[in-house]
Amino acid sequence: MNTTSVTDAGATALDIEAIRAEFPVLDQQVRGRQLVYLDNAATTQKPRQVVEEIARYYYEDNANVHRGVHTLSQRATKSFDAVRRKVREFVNAADEREIIFVRGATEAINLVAQSYGRSFIGAGDEIVISEMEHHSDIVPWQMVCEQTGATLRTIPFNDRGELRLDVLAGMLSERTKLVACVHVSNALGTINPIKEIAAMAHAHGAVMLVDGAQAAPHLRIDVQDLGCDFYTISSHKMYGPTGIGALYGRRELLEKMPPYQGGGDMIASVTFEKTEYNVLPYKFEAGTPNIEGVIAFGAAIDFFERIGIERIAAHEADLLAYATEKISQIPGVTIIGRAANKASVLSFVLEGVHAHDIGTILDFDGIAIRAGHHCAQPVMQCYGIAATARASFAIYNTRQEVDALVAALAKVKEVFG
Amino acid sequence: MSDLSELYQDMILDHNRSPRNFRAMPDATALAHGHNPLCGDNVTIYVKLEGERIVDVSFEGSGCAISKASASMMTAELKGKTREEAETLFERVHDMLTREAGTFVDIEGLGKLAVLSGVSEFPARVKCASLPWHTVHTALEGGETVSTE
Repeated sequence: MNTTSVTDAGATALDIEAIRAEFPVLDQQVRGRQLVYLDNAATTQKPRQVVEEIARYYYEDNANVHRGVHTLSQRATKSFDAVRRKVREFVNAADEREIIFVRGATEAINLVAQSYGRSFIGAGDEIVISEMEHHSDIVPWQMVCEQTGATLRTIPFNDRGELRLDVLAGMLSERTKLVACVHVSNALGTINPIKEIAAMAHAHGAVMLVDGAQAAPHLRIDVQDLGCDFYTISSHKMYGPTGIGALYGRRELLEKMPPYQGGGDMIASVTFEKTEYNVLPYKFEAGTPNIEGVIAFGAAIDFFERIGIERIAAHEADLLAYATEKISQIPGVTIIGRAANKASVLSFVLEGVHAHDIGTILDFDGIAIRAGHHCAQPVMQCYGIAATARASFAIYNTRQEVDALVAALAKVKEVFG
Repeated sequence: MSDLSELYQDMILDHNRSPRNFRAMPDATALAHGHNPLCGDNVTIYVKLEGERIVDVSFEGSGCAISKASASMMTAELKGKTREEAETLFERVHDMLTREAGTFVDIEGLGKLAVLSGVSEFPARVKCASLPWHTVHTALEGGETVSTE
């Protein structure tokens, strides 16, 4: 594969070939063809420094954190705690105690739903979510509605895949207690105007949760600028390991929320009569945490910061524009999601061919894409389709890989004549 | 086998393009819905039984080429068979689809259905081909919604 260089104002050229060399998994043949990995919205590949950090932790420092007085425990604790600072900086939270480690964005949303939702939302109240949410930002709220008697309302989107803020404006009232919205849609690629939505929610006294799982790998995240109350990120979508993520919560809200789970690390003192809960963030981190995950997540953030989000975003924007142009030209293709503001995701359908058949045929050429409903069935229902094929881009992808995708799609059309 | 044309054989493509018995059946004596929650495929199988004999069978739904062709070929094969013969065929197709990669498959008596034997090499697609069969099995047993998960 040839080297692709991208330059943007103030940034030095990116050597994509050198970046690819940091991802050993990319260097392989699938069905006799060079692997083209375009399923990054499902999970990204991991650079060597992330994989090696997991091994380094186990070979050198493995011990439980926040407990031991011995050297290994202190080393593990130091590495672990350093990542909380990195995540705070990464999302620009005001206070390190506002960062809670969780299994991923799904657990982060469930934590807010069960702790904040069940305590501060009641019968007659309303929870507003968008119609482009991932199932992980739909089902936890349906559960809260069942538990509390609150009502779930949804913000529709137009045929380009942009949220109807005019409809939202008419929906908000003093009954609205929480608005939850995805920052970047995993099925459509739409970047939602979170700052505006958060301001609208706050004007009616509601709190705002943002599912940032798909946004953090592509955009500069600033929770203070966005004005949201909760923000979720997932390590494995941004070059880190699976099973770890973070919840940002505004301190004032986290302080008044009850614990989500009980156990070790989340207590200050325990007797059979009364348990005093620990301070933030530990109140929400019961049990031995995913120490290797947190430490390797830190390595992923280091990788990210080394390359720079602006350069990553510029490279991916170039790939998305190039792929959109090329794939739009294929007769019979309809691109699903044509928002003015998009990131990294290209969803499409091909007339007369089901997405699964596209996925299987592309795999014969070593090309990995996602085919299906993307855990966003309401989005599919809005467009009256069962599934889409989705190519999603990361820092290591190239225009040549887009060309390979386009060529393979021609083969799909050939098979289905 | 890992050749594209061996999975997407002409007969499969033909049944996908022009599915046989692709219609609702208002006077069905049994029906069942099949759903694959993983991919969103949906199928409804209608059966008309006279005594023990299947006199008509049809399907509706949405899915990929493999699931559509499998359903289409299934309806063509089952028409005229007894309930017991249908169950036997269900077992044989199921065995053919879920066998270990590379193992021998006895296709005698399977007729055209043998073109689906290549699907077993694609674990992610086995459920596409087996969904209509599980669904007709459920319809013949009394009918309800079947899920491949």
